[in-house]
Amino acid sequence: MFRRYSIQLILVVGGGLLTYVAYEELLNLYTLSVLMFMGVNIILSTSLNLVNGNMGEFSCGHAGFMCVGAYVSSILGVWLFTKDKVFGAPILDPEWALYAFPFIILAGGVAAALAGLLVAIPSYKTRGDYLAIITIAANYIVISAIENIGSIGGSRGFMGMKKVVNAMGDVVDLPWMPIWVFIFTIFCVWIIRRYVSSTFGKGVNAICQDEVAAEIMSVNTNKIKTVTFMLSSGLAGIGGGLFAYIIGYVNPGSFNILKSTEVLVMVYLGGMASLSGAVLSAVIFTIMLEALRPLQIIKWVVIPLLLIIVMQFRPEGIMGNKELSDIFPWMKRFYRFK
Amino acid sequence: MLVAIFQNIINALQWGSFYALIALGYTLVYGVLTLINFAHGDIFMVGAYIAFFVATFFLTTVGVPGWVALALTIPLTMILTSMVGVALERVAYRPLRRKGANRLYVVITALMCGLILQNANLALLGASRKAFPSMITEHVYNVGGVIFTDLKIAVIVTTILSFFALQKIVTKTKVGMAMRAISYDKFAVPLMGVPIDNIIVVTFVLGSGMAGLAGILFAMSYPILDPYMGALIGWKAFIAAVVGGIGDIRGAFLGGFLLGAVEIMVVAFFPSTFRDLIAFTVLLVILAFRPTGLFGVAKTTKI
Repeated sequence: MFRRYSIQLILVVGGGLLTYVAYEELLNLYTLSVLMFMGVNIILSTSLNLVNGNMGEFSCGHAGFMCVGAYVSSILGVWLFTKDKVFGAPILDPEWALYAFPFIILAGGVAAALAGLLVAIPSYKTRGDYLAIITIAANYIVISAIENIGSIGGSRGFMGMKKVVNAMGDVVDLPWMPIWVFIFTIFCVWIIRRYVSSTFGKGVNAICQDEVAAEIMSVNTNKIKTVTFMLSSGLAGIGGGLFAYIIGYVNPGSFNILKSTEVLVMVYLGGMASLSGAVLSAVIFTIMLEALRPLQIIKWVVIPLLLIIVMQFRPEGIMGNKELSDIFPWMKRFYRFK
Repeated sequence: MLVAIFQNIINALQWGSFYALIALGYTLVYGVLTLINFAHGDIFMVGAYIAFFVATFFLTTVGVPGWVALALTIPLTMILTSMVGVALERVAYRPLRRKGANRLYVVITALMCGLILQNANLALLGASRKAFPSMITEHVYNVGGVIFTDLKIAVIVTTILSFFALQKIVTKTKVGMAMRAISYDKFAVPLMGVPIDNIIVVTFVLGSGMAGLAGILFAMSYPILDPYMGALIGWKAFIAAVVGGIGDIRGAFLGGFLLGAVEIMVVAFFPSTFRDLIAFTVLLVILAFRPTGLFGVAKTTKI
């Protein structure tokens, strides 16, 4: 009985432990923020893995959707709950901030999913490397558009999200940001897992194997592409929203093509189409980024070098396209869902 | 009005020349290996830096007159830059190709190589920008109100000449025939006795040499060098190559000039911050109507 629900138990205990540790300040703020970035990176890499790994397209503009989500959710939060120079007095009582926060983040996700249409619609006809270009162009277009909207700060950036976070803390005195990041990370991994293993989601893998054959087998490829792109970019938007609230400041420059490259690296380090690989590599990559911080500028020589060496000796990434439970079959006894 | 149009056309041709030269390198490597060589923009940056060191060496240490220095710098830079490109191929891409790794892993390796080139440069030479020494004095001409320098004309002419040279190599010589053959069928060609690795090295030499040439010309036109200059231009040149139809050198050439023209026109009529927004929207629309670029041929998929 306990065995079957062990994953749920582990998650509840883990979340409780994280909350307790953050509440009692057993971990310093730096470690806590690294943990939160780890959560955001897990969201980003698993969601990109859905498109690049499972569907077999080559999307390299993921940070653009993250940018949309980050801006929409931070503007919503600041507009609704804080006194701001641009938006004036708060619309709602700041006491509501806690309850509205998940909806704000989800709204960012929905906006990013709509931005995902920018890529999804051309993908009906365009394939392969031409689609890669469209994603890069979409990334540039999003950043450039936000840079040109002066009322939300343009390229100077947008801030004020810390006040919303503080307003949440005033309602119930708990470390809310780690809790929300934890919940949303679990939510994203869960939703991707459910989507890929659903009957509809089998079509995603079918498109990866052979698009023409899939279409002949009555898979509605356009519909699947639209849904998958929108889901992937929507989840990236959620990740972006959380990222904005963790830092308390967003500017378009931090969502440029380099950020997309980082996410790409996480996906291919983990192994294509492997959900547990994407999670694992996001964790490893975040730790590596922080562990090598003392090297300063040489860090960005060492990390690519390490990755090139990994690629030379294990060209399929850490997990290949297997899941953790394929390598350790005993793990399957500990959960009931597929 | 007419003057402004001609002025913008000259500016667009010059600005598009850089994109065209870099896009030629992208498209050559892509045509042969179907590998998006994302390190290519950074090879362009390395080219500009090599040109900087070679030119300073000739001007200050040896002390030859400017035009001699220029005549020596151009071939030397092209050779050194192509050595960088070949080194990348040898160290990073070839082992992966031998292992038969998925194409996208090679692309990620290329991205990483680009990052290494950028940041190693930053770590070795510091973040301060370098000023490129002037080797020849520019003359400014004014023909009926249209202002241009001889350097601008030289850039445009060099680009067009190198395009025709490349076109000649690819379509008329034996090496070019082998290159086209590899892009047609990678498995049958070695059976015909074509040394596939040598041909790929030649491809990288040609592509990186073009990037080196673009580096010199860029450094002479805009004499400030910084380690991140290659990243943005590289991505945009890749986009230009794809809009032209990647794998086709005519496409890369035209795509480069098209992107240059769009960017210059946007700056001429809108605030300059709109440049990326409008330029990329135009490209997106082009790709939406011609999904394989201007010159690309749609591949028929066999079932």
